[in-house]
Amino acid sequence: MGIATALEWVVAGLVIAGGAFSLIGSLGLLRMPDFFTRLHGPSKATTIGMGSILLASVLYMSFRGHGLSLHEFVISLFIVVTTPVASHLLAKAARHRRLPGSEGWKDGDQPRNR
Amino acid sequence: MLSLAIDIAFALLGLSLALVLVRVVRGPDVADRILALDTLYVNSAAMLVLYGLELGTGRYYEAALLIAMLGFITTVVLSKFLTRGDVIE
Repeated sequence: MGIATALEWVVAGLVIAGGAFSLIGSLGLLRMPDFFTRLHGPSKATTIGMGSILLASVLYMSFRGHGLSLHEFVISLFIVVTTPVASHLLAKAARHRRLPGSEGWKDGDQPRNR
Repeated sequence: MLSLAIDIAFALLGLSLALVLVRVVRGPDVADRILALDTLYVNSAAMLVLYGLELGTGRYYEAALLIAMLGFITTVVLSKFLTRGDVIE
């Protein structure tokens, strides 16, 4: 088995893993019972899915294209940095709107203003 | 072999986009809809990267990066609007 065939196997595995992770994240978004649990699915699984697809793209382009191609890592870095920020702001907005959670969060509780 | 894997990944991503779209339509609150739109942005950027991988060209990364940046800014602005009632104070 040559290096090209091994590379194809690795890239194919990463691509399918990325699609599966994205599907799992979207399934969590669809099936979870309330907003604060729904926040888990996209913010973790989709990040990993996007990251593995980008890693597959980096590997494939580096071995097939003209030299090392690393500019996919810019997208990966951007996603990794910005997804927690967006999730945090969304959770703050949901807490401000007093969306119901599962447990430990009653209707009369005041949101912490910080 | 690789093209079959890319097709399978396209099917998975398309199914996930459909599920997210169901949440956009059905979401009981505005925050759910914003979260679903954010997921839609990230998934479509991943799909664009995958399309560039299928074509073997490096031309789609800028588009994917643009979609990711616009999605982040949209999410931040909309949740800021939900929290404060205003975007720029």
